Amino acid sequence: MNLDTPSSPHIHSGINITGIMVRVCLALVPAIIAYTWFFGWGLCINILIAVGTALCAEALMLRIRQRPIAPFLADGSAVLTGVLLAFCLPPFSPWWITVMGTAFAIIVAKQLYGGLGYNPFNPAMVGYVMLLISFPLEMTQWVPPNIVNQLQIGFLDTLNIIFTGSFPYSLNIDALSMATPLDTVKTELGLNLTVSEIMRGNAIFGDFGGVGWEWVGNWVLLGGVWLIYKRIITWHIPLAVMGSLFVISFFFFMLDPDTYASPMFHLFSGATLLAAFFIATDPVSASTTPRGRIFYGIGIGILIYVIRTWGSYPDGVAFAVLLMNMAAPTIDYYTQPRVFGYKKGNTNENPRRGQN
Amino acid sequence: MRRLFQFHGGVHLKEHKKDAMSQPVQAARMPKQLVLPLQQHIGAPAEAIVTAGDKVSKGQLIARPGSAISAPVHASSSGTVAAISEHPVSHPSHLNAPCIIIDTDGEDRWCTDRHPVANYHELPPEKIREHIRDAGIVGMGGAGFPAHIKLNPDDHVVDTLILNGAECEPYITCDEMLLRERALEVIAGLRIMRYALQAKRCIIGIENNKAVAFHVLQEQVRNTGADFIEVIQVPTVYPTGGEKQLIRVLTGKEVPAGGLPLDIGVVCHNVGTAYAVYRAIELAEPLISRYVTIAGSVAHARNLEVLIGTPVIDLIEECGGNRNTLSRVILGGPMMGTALHNVTAPVTKTTNCILVNSTVGDVPLPSRDKHAMPCIRCGNCAIACPIDLLPQQLYWYARAKDFDKVQDYHLFDCIECGCCDYVCPSQIPLVHYFRYAKTEIWAQQHEKTLADIARERHQFREQRLERDKREKQERHKKKRAALKPAGNAASKEDEAKKAAIQAAMDRAKTKRESNGIEPKNTQSLTAEQQQKINEADARRAELKNSPTNKQDVQRDLLQDNNP
Repeated sequence: MNLDTPSSPHIHSGINITGIMVRVCLALVPAIIAYTWFFGWGLCINILIAVGTALCAEALMLRIRQRPIAPFLADGSAVLTGVLLAFCLPPFSPWWITVMGTAFAIIVAKQLYGGLGYNPFNPAMVGYVMLLISFPLEMTQWVPPNIVNQLQIGFLDTLNIIFTGSFPYSLNIDALSMATPLDTVKTELGLNLTVSEIMRGNAIFGDFGGVGWEWVGNWVLLGGVWLIYKRIITWHIPLAVMGSLFVISFFFFMLDPDTYASPMFHLFSGATLLAAFFIATDPVSASTTPRGRIFYGIGIGILIYVIRTWGSYPDGVAFAVLLMNMAAPTIDYYTQPRVFGYKKGNTNENPRRGQN
Repeated sequence: MRRLFQFHGGVHLKEHKKDAMSQPVQAARMPKQLVLPLQQHIGAPAEAIVTAGDKVSKGQLIARPGSAISAPVHASSSGTVAAISEHPVSHPSHLNAPCIIIDTDGEDRWCTDRHPVANYHELPPEKIREHIRDAGIVGMGGAGFPAHIKLNPDDHVVDTLILNGAECEPYITCDEMLLRERALEVIAGLRIMRYALQAKRCIIGIENNKAVAFHVLQEQVRNTGADFIEVIQVPTVYPTGGEKQLIRVLTGKEVPAGGLPLDIGVVCHNVGTAYAVYRAIELAEPLISRYVTIAGSVAHARNLEVLIGTPVIDLIEECGGNRNTLSRVILGGPMMGTALHNVTAPVTKTTNCILVNSTVGDVPLPSRDKHAMPCIRCGNCAIACPIDLLPQQLYWYARAKDFDKVQDYHLFDCIECGCCDYVCPSQIPLVHYFRYAKTEIWAQQHEKTLADIARERHQFREQRLERDKREKQERHKKKRAALKPAGNAASKEDEAKKAAIQAAMDRAKTKRESNGIEPKNTQSLTAEQQQKINEADARRAELKNSPTNKQDVQRDLLQDNNP
């Protein structure tokens, strides 16, 4: 009789990393559909390219590092990195932009630091920032919402644009592309226009943010709430990011509504909601104590606003997340919860040290 | 309605409790052999007072407490002591432990020397505690701390005596069955305990998934008219049955870290212990049997009243388990129980459940994956931790063997409940790491203690040698100092000696000088030889006087010497 004698506990909830990553990807599906509705097939193709690249890069690095390949490919973390990065890229980005960004994210930001669980920075954001700094032109070629529907740019046309750069109807990207709402506000504020003038004079603005962008934001929000409901993420980081961004933008908006955009505009523009629910909540690089997560989220919210308002980039989400990634270990150290049976604020004094 | 409190974290587990409660509790079959470990409790092991071949009767004392914190062992049935030897027991180390092995005779004959306490109120609390100690009662919820010590309030005032009927682990139903079937006895035991502790009030805490037991108990409490006893339902969250957690839920107080419940005026006992106390005081029956749940991959999951010392395999087979297909047998619940390496190990005073896993049919336990993934710092463990620790940090430092840091993160406050492990998406055996770190630290501390003792001894020896040397020197000095005043007489003597020596030497000198050179080989010569010598001497004198060259002298001498 050969009895199995593992250490207790002898039962497990059955949750695993793959399950978490798959649920996060699922939560993005409604937003991806909305995005595709407004901006065409570009995102879907980019996701396929990015995920393919991510898996190849991951497998290659695991092989070089002599780690088991199958379990780490199956964990879904590389897939999620690909999806998130693709979500941040302009929909008609040339294929090599996506490939380079993803490969950099996986190889440098993730695997060189030790792979899953060991990367101090969010890989998708590292990839994005690398692209933003190296290829500023390609990274700002956004298209206005609904243009794909008006011009009837189909799936094959999109494929053609991404892989060969040739547009139908002998259009080109320069003719098609236009600034994002955040970019527009930033540029035109520089031209001494007031926020309300900018918003009135431009068709890309909707109720809160940009037309189309708002709807993508709504679905991102919904997916994020579902993740909280499913206990994949906790409420701390998303609420702290949105709350702090709202408070700081509300403060300046009240100070001078002509110079500073409204809080709702900030919440529903750019990558705020994606960052709040999907990027800042990446467990590996985020803060891990409950109180720490609140500070971490507040830091991101404030940095987003600061970079958007006074920095040179129209959106600051990636930088904000990376900067707070750096601060996460320190935040964790100073936000340890009060342990059961200890007096408040007395956690570091440890009567049980060296006992028993 | 009493206000209840919450503790941080915890997990909701699937209960699996219905099967084993479908039939009433019966006595288990009498085993052929009883195996009674000398250590079934926290503290020093008991010392056997019987030898192989002795006849013993049921309830007879066979091992007495080894120290103040210890518990005696009694024969669970009548028979003959077969041996006192090492036998497999339930222990994570898989080591055997000394046990008294009794071949039962099937008569189940009680020993005659028993004295029930007719009215415990007439005895002082110390006497009650003595009775409880002599009955070998230990905490029956799993920890096995000698009950008489936990029933001693010392100089504390006990406000609340809590009876723990939470039983939060899946599969285990022995306490619930006990409350259903023996509520009256449990309440009687509780009253004795209250008397021993002089506690003001009592609370019986039951998880709200045990409706039947709750109602039975509530009714019995009402019948006895004991208004100082409250029966309270607590939310079903694992680990509500943990002592500190239950105290927190019922009173809102936290047992201070490193302290005892007594420090906050609370004492907590298991319901099974109360039942055992009742039997010990009112019936004079020592702790020789208990309720045990047999669940999992057996044909008839159920609760049995089992004699302490019954081999686990006997019970598994009695409930329709197959000894050939066992894959994992756990003593205790699935969250905190110990997996047995040998099923001949006995049921002890603290065994509440036998959870059987088999290689065929349904495997009731969805275990974690054998291959853990890296920690992704999701913090699920910290959310689940009832002590509010950061298991992800503890794991990080335990893995890195940074035993200082791991203590900074309160490793020794961990109660090993397994919640963190249960919710870990990377399926890391976290509790295993924490146990490892704890034992490493204990080992290091043990070594340090030994080293300290050795160093102390060495230093003491050095000091002693140094002291001896100093004392010797001082002794000599003293002796010399003591001799000094008598010095004049001594020097006179010396001088006399010296003078005598000098005189002898002088005498020898004058003698030598007067005799001149006196070679010894010329002392006894013949006349002829003497004459020759004289002649030679004369020549030598002659030569000395006449100045001739040396060569001639030599030649002459040669001639002389070669006759």
